[in-house]
Amino acid sequence: MNNNNNTIVELPDQATAKIPQPNFISKENGLMSWLLTSDHKRIAILYLISITFFFFIGGALAGLIRLELLTPQADLMATDTYNKVFTMHGIIMIFLFLVPSVPATLGNFFIPMMIGAKDLALPKINLLSWYLYMAGGILALYAMITGGVDTGWTFTTPLSTHYVNTNVITTGFAIFVAGFSSIFTGLNFIVTIHKMRAPGMTWFRLPLFVWAHYAASILMVLGTPVLAIAIVLVMLERAFGIGVFDPAKGGDPLLFQHLFWFYSHPAVYIMILPGMGVINEVISTFSRKRIFGYTAVAFSSVAIAVFGFFVWAHHMFIMGISNYAVLVFSLLTMLVAVPSAIKIFNWTFTLYKGSITFETPMLYAFGFMGLFTIGGMTGVFLGASGTDIHLTETYFIVAHFHFVMVGGMLMAFLAGIHFWWPKITGRMYPEKISQLAAVVTFIGFNLTFFPQFILGVLGMPRRYASYPPEFQVLNVFSTAGATILGVGYLLPVLYLLWSLKYGAIAGNNPWQATGLEWQTQSPPLTENFTVMPVMDHEAYDYEWLESQKAKEVASAG
Amino acid sequence: MQGLGNRDQGKPPEDKRMSEETKHTEQENHIVGPGVYVVIFLALLVGTALTVWASFLELGPWNPVIALAIATAKATLVVLFFMHVKYSTKLTKLTVFAGIFTFMILVSMTLADYISRAWGSW
Amino acid sequence: MPDNSAIAHGAQESVNAANNANGDNSAHLEHPAYLRHHFNSTEQQADTSNFAMWLFLLTEVMFFGGLFTAYLIYRNWYYPAFVAGSHQLNVIWGTLNTVVLIGSSFTMAMGVWCAETRRRKGLVLCLSLTFVLGLVFLGIKTIEYHEKWEKHHVPGTHYSLQSFVDPQSDPEVFKEYHDKALMPDMARRTEIYFSLYFAMTGMHALHMIIGIVILAFMIYRAKAGAYTSGHVTFVENFGLYWHFVDIIWIYLFALLYLISRHQ
Repeated sequence: MNNNNNTIVELPDQATAKIPQPNFISKENGLMSWLLTSDHKRIAILYLISITFFFFIGGALAGLIRLELLTPQADLMATDTYNKVFTMHGIIMIFLFLVPSVPATLGNFFIPMMIGAKDLALPKINLLSWYLYMAGGILALYAMITGGVDTGWTFTTPLSTHYVNTNVITTGFAIFVAGFSSIFTGLNFIVTIHKMRAPGMTWFRLPLFVWAHYAASILMVLGTPVLAIAIVLVMLERAFGIGVFDPAKGGDPLLFQHLFWFYSHPAVYIMILPGMGVINEVISTFSRKRIFGYTAVAFSSVAIAVFGFFVWAHHMFIMGISNYAVLVFSLLTMLVAVPSAIKIFNWTFTLYKGSITFETPMLYAFGFMGLFTIGGMTGVFLGASGTDIHLTETYFIVAHFHFVMVGGMLMAFLAGIHFWWPKITGRMYPEKISQLAAVVTFIGFNLTFFPQFILGVLGMPRRYASYPPEFQVLNVFSTAGATILGVGYLLPVLYLLWSLKYGAIAGNNPWQATGLEWQTQSPPLTENFTVMPVMDHEAYDYEWLESQKAKEVASAG
Repeated sequence: MQGLGNRDQGKPPEDKRMSEETKHTEQENHIVGPGVYVVIFLALLVGTALTVWASFLELGPWNPVIALAIATAKATLVVLFFMHVKYSTKLTKLTVFAGIFTFMILVSMTLADYISRAWGSW
Repeated sequence: MPDNSAIAHGAQESVNAANNANGDNSAHLEHPAYLRHHFNSTEQQADTSNFAMWLFLLTEVMFFGGLFTAYLIYRNWYYPAFVAGSHQLNVIWGTLNTVVLIGSSFTMAMGVWCAETRRRKGLVLCLSLTFVLGLVFLGIKTIEYHEKWEKHHVPGTHYSLQSFVDPQSDPEVFKEYHDKALMPDMARRTEIYFSLYFAMTGMHALHMIIGIVILAFMIYRAKAGAYTSGHVTFVENFGLYWHFVDIIWIYLFALLYLISRHQ
């Protein structure tokens, strides 16, 4: 028993502890048992391996960008090549990493367990999702290797349809395919959450992680098809010159942007909502307190999803939409910030008078709260159309979205990976080095991206390989930070892999967390539960957890 | 902790397990008969004839309105009766509504930009 | 230390499942073969797959929705070009196709009824009729597309503005509608009309083809009685898909063919 004030971790006695058998990993062996599995947990692991792979490719591209930007001239690579590098960086990071990151790994693994089900509603569709993701990813890599794309990840017309001769169609098709992976994942989650909840698991007893994924899934299902059709039209325009985006034939290039951003704005909420779901679980566990204002947080997730559909043209303020549209979308953008802010307030009030400890997941969660707040607030500057006119297409935008996506979402992803690693693998990672990695990441992140806010305000445009010499100092800081950040991201890969063989045995519930997934063995059984759970307590019910422990002690004795 | 000994051996506790599910599904068991289908089919044919006839009339701006109205009426009949939504759960009806709503947002807000471009600068 | 099955996961014990944990297979034998093991009952399974199909149809609504948005914008902007383009479509073929597709929706709905009431022969008949009507639709579409190709109205390098800048060069359309000649730039906009025509009806036809292939599979299975022994979800869910494709056509017909036939 470990009642050290500095940590809530309770591990079983390492001298006698063993990984429980059978479990979902040891149940079947062989490559085919993984490639043809219908077990949501195995599919989650397949996703985890593949998104890590794509993450490091995207990260390498980021490294190339920062290397180029060390000097004001375009001296490391030709400007056309630079265009390809940042385009592929964006495409890989957004579509092949961020969008599937938490949902396809942690969501796939834990939603069935959190609601008390044996699997997702449509296990074979789940596997199909992974294959579609791999097909899209491999096709994107193929497009990259055979010449790349240089339009920016936003494929703005008419540049992408008429003025470049790079692999737009191949890359577009790759994203089209990967998009269906996302659609099917979201569809699976919605059906599962509606139809497969265990008896007694009412909507308001669900962990907020589930609510967050439900909201994100609505966006995946309703938004991604519009991206699909936008890509189809670009492909048709390029291949056949149909004219829908060609001014010479009467088409409007802005139509593409409307269709593209109708998805891509909700996409940012697809990316962040699951991360917010993770933060709910982590903050609750490491302050030993119920999330403050459960209902508000649940409804704010859905509100973000709904309002997220109304604001897409704030990405188009300078593109030629009417002033009236600018006004309306700007006002609506102010509105969509409110539910996100509600969550930050609720997490803060959860921390207040909580018993806070600083294990690694909590460090990442704190990083999330601070960095997402900064990123979100800068989003308000951009949502106000007057300031947006000056800040858009500068490094201010780059900094803004990296703060919310990397400082926010990626930190939440790492928080979730660390939080649930013991459950997935049955092993604990080494705490000190993981805390170090979290701190290194935080420092590296701030050094990389904070100078970019300043660069943006000073006027440095984005997507340029060369810049005026007066911006060099800040760029050098940014590149230096990127190096530190790279170390911070490499460390977890190393020690997490190490922990698979040498980590301490974690036991069922090393964090003393609530949630049905923590009431099972680590790693879980293939069927998750031998007994169908019946939910008879509220979410984040730490008193119930105490009474469970008391009963266990009594019955074991 | 309740109930290990309270239930019969081997008998699934139907009240708790099934009730939530059957409540949701019993409405789906309503079988729609051929009579309804025939009536709807004929109505759809009438609607088709009507809309073709209306397109040959000179009604100015009302032509597209009438065409879309008739199309929507036909679509509604298909959704309610052929697709059984009239006899479906609230969840199904909500799902249909969500789809229509999101589509309306896409169309109306995009069109709003296009239409207001002609209004000039303030 | 109690094993996992005895730890109450915030739960009341289910004796039935506890029996399973102890190796008693009695409950396991009671369910139909088609019940997947992650479901508790066939009702839950049927309900779930039905909901999943509806959600999939939502994605289809949004997918076509993008095309409808494009259509509405350009029709607003280039109305004369859209009228002229629409006159190039044969309203008789279009109406016939609409009737054929509505008919196939009727036969599909009847097929669902047959499956629900366990009429195997009726089901095979209805599915076959639906299949045939679907093929008729595609056949008529092929005739229409071919005609467009012959008249150089397929967007791309072979597109011709002849019929629009000089309507009298196209006598069969001219005698119906007596269109006025379009100005050259408005005539160029007809290519957008036809782009949307081919994109929208082409995407629709693709969905029809997929549906027809699945129908062929279903007829084969229906003959073997697969859908008339209580497990009707496949037929019901396919019916939803088929009706949805019909609804898309209802709107395509109204928007593409019936823009304004009075002149």
